[in-house]
Amino acid sequence: MNLLGRGALAPAVPVFRVFGAMNARAPSASLAPDVASRTALAVHNIEVVYDHVVLVLKGVSLEVPEGSIVTLLGANGAGKTTTLKAISNLLHAERGEVTKGSITFYGEEVHRLSPNELVRRGCIQVMEGRRCFAHLTVEENLLTGAFTRKDGRAAIQADLEMVYSYFPRLKERRRSLAGYTSGGEQQMCAIGRALMARPRLVLLDEPSMGLAPQLVEEIFEIVDQLNRNEKVTFLVAEQNTNVALRYARYGYILENGRVVLDGPAEALRDNEDVKEFYLGLSATGRKSFRDIKSYKRRKRWL
Amino acid sequence: MAELGPVLEVFLGGLMSGVLYALVALGFVLIFKASGVFNFAQGAMVLFAALSLVRLSEWLPFGVAVLLTIAIMIALAWAVERLVLRPLVGQHGLILFMATIGVTFFLDGFGQTIWGSNVYQLDLGIPASPWFLFENLFPGGILVSPIDVFAAVIAGTLVVALSIFFHSTKIGRALRAVADDHQAAQSVGIPLNQIWLIVWSTAGIVALVAGMAWGTKLGVQFSLSLIALKALPVLILGGLTSIPGAIIGGLIIGAGEKLAEFYIGPLIGGGIEYWFAYVLALAVLLVRPQGLFGEKIIERV
Ligand SMILES: Nc1ncnc2c1ncn2[C@@H]1O[C@H](COP(=O)(O)OP(=O)(O)OP(=O)(O)O)[C@@H](O)[C@H]1O
Ligand SMILES: [Mg+2]
Repeated sequence: MNLLGRGALAPAVPVFRVFGAMNARAPSASLAPDVASRTALAVHNIEVVYDHVVLVLKGVSLEVPEGSIVTLLGANGAGKTTTLKAISNLLHAERGEVTKGSITFYGEEVHRLSPNELVRRGCIQVMEGRRCFAHLTVEENLLTGAFTRKDGRAAIQADLEMVYSYFPRLKERRRSLAGYTSGGEQQMCAIGRALMARPRLVLLDEPSMGLAPQLVEEIFEIVDQLNRNEKVTFLVAEQNTNVALRYARYGYILENGRVVLDGPAEALRDNEDVKEFYLGLSATGRKSFRDIKSYKRRKRWL
Repeated sequence: MAELGPVLEVFLGGLMSGVLYALVALGFVLIFKASGVFNFAQGAMVLFAALSLVRLSEWLPFGVAVLLTIAIMIALAWAVERLVLRPLVGQHGLILFMATIGVTFFLDGFGQTIWGSNVYQLDLGIPASPWFLFENLFPGGILVSPIDVFAAVIAGTLVVALSIFFHSTKIGRALRAVADDHQAAQSVGIPLNQIWLIVWSTAGIVALVAGMAWGTKLGVQFSLSLIALKALPVLILGGLTSIPGAIIGGLIIGAGEKLAEFYIGPLIGGGIEYWFAYVLALAVLLVRPQGLFGEKIIERV
């Protein structure tokens, strides 16, 4: 019960950005120097309602600078998937709706666009649970990712080779039905499929789900390379806080449909509360951020 | 060997009517494959297409009437997509199925209201008198109906064309992707609305072909709508997701029921034709729920 002690600790943590501040630039000097100044994605204070009644997101704001890897952390049911689907406009099929707030992709309001229009503009989601087309071969799966492209066969073929160069295992299995490949291969296939759309921003939902630690590492390593070499920006929703914070530059922590904490990845990694609640480094059991005064105060600013 | 002639005749006749069942089943398969919807209205679409064609051809050249009917079927597909599928997206499959039952009754009623409800003769200019084949082999030869042969050729062409379409084109690949996982397909930028429009239009055209074949045989009348019920066992046998399955299922059922009637019918006083298909389908269902050619149900995720 040392709530006071915790509360006193929190301000010692490096600059967490305040939402709604006009200053949209990433504020911290600890961000990698190569981060471009343009904002790829800006989500401002969105609310999402399912089935006309269930309020799931209660004012989420976040920002993804071009060229960065940003992670969205949180426990089961926190609203990570809902946030990503709100961005990619896949909520409609689940009877969900963005009822408030705005979402801009490279400065343009996108929340009325169809998912395919958004893909055409360069924002694509890799859904939770991989969702490969089971009765299509791995290569056919990859090619479906190029559906919106109009730049011709040669360009698509070249990108196919690019994907195979990052995921050599997919090349070996190109002729097998995706439904019969392993979980790791399916995750690679799902990421590869998204890359075939030539995206600028990939929304990656829980790539670690159900995979062995070694494979999780491998996948994140490839995400990192894609980010560096192909200049793809990533917004990664994860429960695996540990891995996600090692690869991301910036993180947001979502609880109960609200962002309760955000900051540069290394700052979050060093944060005592994150250590305790999400990295499992503390002796005491898991608690919620809600129990802590300083974060309660933050919430009212949102 | 005097027996072989009639048996062969029965068998061939069965195969031919099987093709006609298959033409109807094909429409079901197309829509089910691409949208996971079991479209009960396929039979009504057959009737509607045939009625439109036969009435339009009364005052238009036949070719123009065919084109106009195709346009009508595409417009119908558009309306179904807009008014039924789109509002119901994300709902349970059973709800969509119920919606297609609604479409069935609407089409049956609406079609007869605007086109009339008499029995109309459809004349495709195919000779009505049967051909006699192999007259030198069998006494009297084997009787084959030219209409059946025509239907078989059309069905064969249709199947080949559709297979090529599904497996070698970008749209076809997208259709199969949608069939596997709507949401994932949507997430990679495949527009569901367009895909559904394409599929329902294709199914509408297939319904027109089936309607032409059946209408020529039986006259265009309300009972065409009921041949959908004959397509059900074909679907169970061939699998809901397989185009070749629909054809082969149709052939097996067509030939099977005629042969059963020929051999077993006299022993029990006939009438086997009417229920044989359903019993066969039931037997298949028990042994192989996905049908003979249906896609394997891949369980692992
Ligand atoms: N289609 C839906 N209809 C109603 N409620 C939903 C729907 N989808 C999600 N929810 C609810 O919204 C909340 C957030 O769900 P969401 O899937 O976004 O969480 P998540 O952070 O992605 O969790 P996980 O880590 O388990 O994937 C949950 O309480 C969930 O029950
Ligand atoms: Mg989730």
